[in-house]
Amino acid sequence: MAFVRHTIDLNGCKLSFARGGTGVPLLYLHGTDGLAEWPAILDTLAQRFDVVAPDHPGFGASEVPAWIDDVSDVAYLYLDAIEKLGLSGVHVVGQSLGGWIALEMAVRSTQRLRSLTLISAAGIHVKGVPKTDIFMIDPEEQARLAYADPNIGEEAAQRASADKYQDVAVLNRIASARFGWQPRFFNPRLERWLHRVNVPTHVIWGEGDRIIPPAYAEAFHRLIPGSTLTMIPNAGHLPHLERAPAVAEAMQTFLRN
Amino acid sequence: MKVMSFHLMPYADLDLSVKDKYRTVWIVLPNSYYDPQKGHALYNRYLDELELCAELGFDGICVNEHHQNAYGLMPSPVVMASALARRTRDCRIAILGNAFCLREHPLTLAEEHAMLDVITGGRLISGFVRGVGSEYFSFGTNPVYSLERHQEAHDLIVRAWTEPGPFAFEGKHYHCEYVNVWPRPFQQPHPPIWCPSMGSVETLEWAAHPDRKYVYLQAYSPVESVARYLDLYREVAQRRYGYEASSDRIGWSTPIYVAESDEQAVNEAREHIEALFNVFLPKQSELMFFPPGYMSPESLKRALAAKRGHKGGVKIEQLIERGIMICGSPDTVRRRITECHHRMGFQELVCMLQFGTLPARLTEKNIRLFASEIMPAVKALTDADYRGFALPRVAAE
Repeated sequence: MAFVRHTIDLNGCKLSFARGGTGVPLLYLHGTDGLAEWPAILDTLAQRFDVVAPDHPGFGASEVPAWIDDVSDVAYLYLDAIEKLGLSGVHVVGQSLGGWIALEMAVRSTQRLRSLTLISAAGIHVKGVPKTDIFMIDPEEQARLAYADPNIGEEAAQRASADKYQDVAVLNRIASARFGWQPRFFNPRLERWLHRVNVPTHVIWGEGDRIIPPAYAEAFHRLIPGSTLTMIPNAGHLPHLERAPAVAEAMQTFLRN
Repeated sequence: MKVMSFHLMPYADLDLSVKDKYRTVWIVLPNSYYDPQKGHALYNRYLDELELCAELGFDGICVNEHHQNAYGLMPSPVVMASALARRTRDCRIAILGNAFCLREHPLTLAEEHAMLDVITGGRLISGFVRGVGSEYFSFGTNPVYSLERHQEAHDLIVRAWTEPGPFAFEGKHYHCEYVNVWPRPFQQPHPPIWCPSMGSVETLEWAAHPDRKYVYLQAYSPVESVARYLDLYREVAQRRYGYEASSDRIGWSTPIYVAESDEQAVNEAREHIEALFNVFLPKQSELMFFPPGYMSPESLKRALAAKRGHKGGVKIEQLIERGIMICGSPDTVRRRITECHHRMGFQELVCMLQFGTLPARLTEKNIRLFASEIMPAVKALTDADYRGFALPRVAAE
């Protein structure tokens, strides 16, 4: 399924996104690595959905205007984007940082949303359960920690080592820090509003996630009314890459119901 | 030329083998390795060393700020400057610098600097820095907004020092309903502002702006890189802003060790300067040096290129050859500074005469030898000894 790049202007922000497939709209929100490595799972999803995958402001080909400071600005930007594109009944799928953005959108308005899928999502803090500080370690080490399978992790580390000074990798790291530096990848005020997530929500987590430990999966499951929890065996922080078929199957089952 | 003495106040009693276990003495090294009894002796020894420099006729003594590390134990340089304020009479006291932008409320530092300036009758130099990268881990301040906050904090503080209060400051990062600093600084319009830097084009261009014309101080770097940045200050002043930069706006900070002969100097300094570069300075990751957004992607690339081959295992011979430190007999050191001055024309020399684990006896010998054998000749250097600045030609498009 071919994806095509588009750019829209939202309040002075030139937002770049890839779009492909036909069906009900599905908004995919990437994690801190951006879309430089294209997740093959999006091609699978595009067989049944109209997949819209933006680069968050400051990532990839999207600009970050001076008025975008934090994740709440990004959440409003995407709610505006959905409106501007004339979409409704949107399935929102967010991974890591993208999962946090999806939640910030949903607590503001679910009017045009049909469901949420959170894959190893950031956004909250569970006291006493530290996340890996990805800003303290080199990209190679982060890549190793992101996968449960050490061989896959080692290959990812080699790629990270080769790419870490490339413009897009540098920009993506800066954008990640813009939104996630302090406090690290969460909004202390988000948790108290999670009861406002009134669309079906699916929490997907790698059993071997060493970046955001599985205790966070349980916390989201507990905090979001009526949510479904799927744990993926033999997967780390990037289950949609490491165990793409298992994640795709779990997603499709949930989205069909 | 003005000659200043700078102290980092490292935890020189550190068990150096911690390097093998922790890779860095910044942020992650448990503070159980700090012994307050030894720390007490060190602080007082270091203050004595700076006071000795004041007695021996240095134009200024300098302290700075670092957090959560064994490299430099002055989380508050204001405390050190205060301790020195009443023990010295004539020399300048330079805070090189304070990271105003790390604070949620930078006016507290503006107040403290004003107090110091009034106590000392106008001997304060106020250095504005953004803090090294690791400071953004210890404070939690977002490095992406570091430059914005730095510039905004500067605007707030200079206005607080110069404009009649109370007034409201309406910034993006700092919004203060009431700005009305008591005391006002002694020096008018305000204490001299210096911009120490490890090499940031953003800092340099900002310091050279005609509204500011602040002293740009290049901190220890290979001499080639020092020359490049100091020339760039003059170039930016001339080409971009249309004025000729005065040499007294240009400073160089470097470790210096003098002994009776070249050989003796190298032998005495070796383990201590190598400890500075191989144990005290390294970070556990490049991100800890340069957190994302702390500098522009272009500056980051330059900085990473300069840092390569800098990951420990450094020998004193390389440090001398690359001009990162000056080390040798009085003749050698005098000649070296004179040559560098001829080439770069700085009128502020900031000497680091204690470094790493250099013990009290050698530090005092270094200070005394420098003061008697080097300082008179160096102080006598003027712009007439500088070869002068020629604007580099820009290649035709």
